[in-house]
Amino acid sequence: MTELEAGRAQTLVPQRGGAALQRYRDVLIALIAFAVLASLPLFTGSKALLDFVIRCSAYGLFATSLNLLVGYTGLTSFGHGMFFGLGAYSFGLIMQKLGVPIPIAFVATLAITAIVAAIIGAICVRLKEIYFAFVTLAFQMLIHSTILSWASFTGGDQGLRGGIPRPAFLGINLANHVHLYIASCALLILGLLAMRQIAQSPFGYTLRMIRDNAARASFLGIDVWRAKLTVFVLAALFAAMGGMVMALFVSGAYPEFAYWTISGEAIFINMLGGVSTFLGPMVGTVLLLLLNDTVTRFTEYHGIVLGVVILFFALGLRKGLLDFVAEWYAHRRETGEGR
Amino acid sequence: MDLDALAGCLSSSACLVTQTTSGLIIGMLLFLVAVGLTLIFGVLKVVNFSHGAFYMFGAYFAMTAYQLTGSFALAMLAGAAGTAILGLIFERVFMSRVYGADVLMQLLVCYAFVLIFDDVVRIIWGPEFKAMGMPSAFQVMPLFIAGGVVPPYYLLLIGVALVAAIVLGIGLSRSRIGKVIRAAAHNPGMVSALGINTGLIYGGVFALGGMLAGLAGALAAPVRSLTPGMGFSVLIESFIVTVIGGMGSILGALIGALLLGLIRSFGSLGFPLFTEGLMYLFMVIVLVSKPTGLFGKEAA
Repeated sequence: MTELEAGRAQTLVPQRGGAALQRYRDVLIALIAFAVLASLPLFTGSKALLDFVIRCSAYGLFATSLNLLVGYTGLTSFGHGMFFGLGAYSFGLIMQKLGVPIPIAFVATLAITAIVAAIIGAICVRLKEIYFAFVTLAFQMLIHSTILSWASFTGGDQGLRGGIPRPAFLGINLANHVHLYIASCALLILGLLAMRQIAQSPFGYTLRMIRDNAARASFLGIDVWRAKLTVFVLAALFAAMGGMVMALFVSGAYPEFAYWTISGEAIFINMLGGVSTFLGPMVGTVLLLLLNDTVTRFTEYHGIVLGVVILFFALGLRKGLLDFVAEWYAHRRETGEGR
Repeated sequence: MDLDALAGCLSSSACLVTQTTSGLIIGMLLFLVAVGLTLIFGVLKVVNFSHGAFYMFGAYFAMTAYQLTGSFALAMLAGAAGTAILGLIFERVFMSRVYGADVLMQLLVCYAFVLIFDDVVRIIWGPEFKAMGMPSAFQVMPLFIAGGVVPPYYLLLIGVALVAAIVLGIGLSRSRIGKVIRAAAHNPGMVSALGINTGLIYGGVFALGGMLAGLAGALAAPVRSLTPGMGFSVLIESFIVTVIGGMGSILGALIGALLLGLIRSFGSLGFPLFTEGLMYLFMVIVLVSKPTGLFGKEAA
């Protein structure tokens, strides 16, 4: 067993208290987090800080959804970024071409993503890990090359230009920076809460079982293929949500959103924060975005720096930051109970 | 879609010859990269996600050697030998640490090197497109076969790749080293217990795979433009080749690469906007009908 797997196994320790209690606690934490984030504009006028939080929301939704696959189900997808790009492009195109209200475009984008993810997932989830990683990557490159070559529809390598119209709905005007900020935070918190519910549900525990021993899960009467496909589609939906936040933020969509490096970054975010805890990817997101912003300020050779940092984590630490915290906490609790 | 152009080409022998040769050179270059990938996977059980970088370095090494010496043969040698050394160092220092580890770790280490290698090329050779230029020995009249134009360099390229395929195939099945490599792929613990240095074999196989990719890059340098990041699309395509042919099978890599090359050259006539899509479509059809690939034995 590798150290990473050892780290993952800890999530199987039974939680104290009932499931209902756990759920109330999660909702409470979510409400407090939202209140803190939403009151931020009252204390600071810094546009840069709010922008940073919006970007964290987009990437955080995306990276956490990947953790549903990597950390909880053991499906190492290297093409998860395709749904981020698909979400951004579908949303942008629907808003530009059809001019429907934002909530309708939002739901329509989720529907499109669900269909595409179900088709791609049906082909991919049967495959063993390394095949799964690369075939998802191949599909990502297919979507990327389609965006580039179908220039009359998607704008090709220029991206979706001319801005995405953001008409007001229900008194929310997303063209207003603070409104956009609050909406991004709300989507982030709601998305995280929904993913937390999936992870803690019986279905979530089925996923962990498939990760640890798929053959055994199959003997116990679980339809492994169906469970994997379900979580693949669910994760794609949250990734598309991240893509939509991004599209709203930059008011456009660019081919880079669907490029493979975005999947690579998401995998690294998961590694950086740690896959054994639910909030690990969120911590990783904040760290990576901070790192990116700092590095690009000092050097144009941002790949070398990022590469060395990745090597340090992958070969040196072999664990994410929250994995260390979780281990330390478990260790302390064990010794505390032993007394 | 432009099916008329495709049908018109299929009925003219001149166009048929031209498209087939261009398909063959795409296929042969892909084969050299893919066979290294499949060899490394077969023995080391890792997918070298940074394999495209070796193709890129092969091309840049060849260009520099050609500019310094003016000798085409030395350029090819520099491309192949340089990447072989690079492969050996990369395997011994970094990849050997993640054998048996989670796939996530292996992918991350390779991902880090894709980023690093691309930036290294950008620092040494600059970010702009480069061209090596066709060596003067090959700047001769093209051959005309059945009305189709075939540059002599294409014949050399196809010949070199074919020789590599045959040497590799016979070497692995007949020679002592080939047998040891196959044994190490099957049961490394037993091979090691018999007093054979498996670390050396692993390093050697990685160097061989890197060398083949570097040779492909060097051969491609006169006919393609050089840019940082040029290895990535080649990596994806050669991965598709190994999926179609079956991971670990050399014959599968050859057949898969040739099929993909022909799909690309004829597909660009019939479906100019969907050429890439055709490759993926073909991969999906193979995966759905035979998940182990055309020549694969292991369960996928």
